Amino acid sequence: MKQTPLYGRHQALGAKIIDFGGWAMPVQYSGILDEHKTVRQAAGIFDVSHMGEVWFRGPRAAEAVQKLVTNDVGKLVDGGAMYSCACRPTGGIVDDLIVYRTDGQSYLIVVNASNVDKDFGWFREQAGALCDIINMSDETGLLAVQGPNAVALVQSISDRPVEDLKSFTYREATIGGVKTQVARTGYTGEDGFELFTPANETAKQWDALLDAGAKFGLKPIGLGARDTLRLEAKLSLYGNDLDEEHTPHEAGLSWVVKGKGFIGEAALQKQKAEGLPRKLVGFVMKERGTARHGYPIVDGGKPVGVVTSGSLGPTVGVNIGLGYVPPALAQPGTRLQIDCRGKSAAAEVVQGAFYKRHS
Amino acid sequence: MSTDYPNDLRYTKEHEWARVDGKIITVGITKFAVESLGDITQVDLPKEGEELKKDAVFGTVESVKAVSDLFAPVSGKVVKVNDPLGDSPEYINEDCYDEGWMVQVEVKDVKDLDALMNAEQYQAYLKEQESH
Repeated sequence: MKQTPLYGRHQALGAKIIDFGGWAMPVQYSGILDEHKTVRQAAGIFDVSHMGEVWFRGPRAAEAVQKLVTNDVGKLVDGGAMYSCACRPTGGIVDDLIVYRTDGQSYLIVVNASNVDKDFGWFREQAGALCDIINMSDETGLLAVQGPNAVALVQSISDRPVEDLKSFTYREATIGGVKTQVARTGYTGEDGFELFTPANETAKQWDALLDAGAKFGLKPIGLGARDTLRLEAKLSLYGNDLDEEHTPHEAGLSWVVKGKGFIGEAALQKQKAEGLPRKLVGFVMKERGTARHGYPIVDGGKPVGVVTSGSLGPTVGVNIGLGYVPPALAQPGTRLQIDCRGKSAAAEVVQGAFYKRHS
Repeated sequence: MSTDYPNDLRYTKEHEWARVDGKIITVGITKFAVESLGDITQVDLPKEGEELKKDAVFGTVESVKAVSDLFAPVSGKVVKVNDPLGDSPEYINEDCYDEGWMVQVEVKDVKDLDALMNAEQYQAYLKEQESH
């Protein structure tokens, strides 16, 4: 298994380590529920160095990126970031990702850990003639600091202001003595930052944040709570909710299909004109039962869809999930049945995120 | 390590424990099972009077991350269920050998008990599993 620069730190902290897409990653330290609550109420630090960083450089970098992603890259300003998908010509989702613009000739795309090799190959194959495409994943460390106290904590060890950064923008700063690209992004439904550093300095920053974090209630958070946090915020997980069999429209991501001339555009337009075969919906369990990835969704005794994510929502206090259903069953308030290992349990389609933070 | 796996209990390969008191046994899951599952969020148990069949599924435990079956250590009739677990499944995380007990079963054939491991055998079994 591959290890991040913080593997030794996780072991020393007594984390439970699992294989996540070929990476030895901490799934929990103190326990998923405690870690979840910590991020909602104070602050958590996540090692997400396993994620992939691919750089696009050259006079035609913008063109290359736009060819690959569904969102409108022309809307990005220097220091700006945007969420997007990359698609196959069929419209199936290759990956979901964030595009960062340094300037018109330099873009960074951050991709899912389990897709780095696939994405890098696809990007080079489709756009390698337009600009330099460089996989910097192994040289780049990434920490996420998330929660109501996250911004104050990071600011407390920064050499310049970062608390004024707007959502989906980034800036360079020295955090805990390490030169960092500080982005106001995250995957938890809380405020916070993601911090890009040279991999050989990520551990130094981790230590500095944990030291300074004591008075902010900071704790290390594993992938287990990362999953329950993102699910409550209704953020999709590639490999669970998103894959090459589904399009951004089906996944409820039409809001990132704003670009022109990207791969898959024709297929997505056609699908939109003809109507969607299914839609990703959020649901709340109304009867005893926990929906899990792969469980059938049933209507009138017939399987009509499949659960893609499901868990207890620790903050909302109910069992929640996501799944694909025919559009006729996607309206909020619709009653569905989830087949929980042979036991049927009622669920109700709900609109929007299960959890929204105040302010 | 004796407190992790009390000497007065018997154990199964599916990581249940049984406290034997004459023909009545009290059943729960071991510390190893609890640590593997993580935070437990829901338990589904049989009702009083239901018949259990040795090695057959008699309930499920849901944790935040996963669902696991419970396997009956013996055949017999459920005589008591730890109902508070319905609202407070965290008792299993907090104290799996006492407050976290699940069911009491009247053993149909006491010979079933002979197949259960003692604490020493169970810990040896865990070690063996770990090395695989």
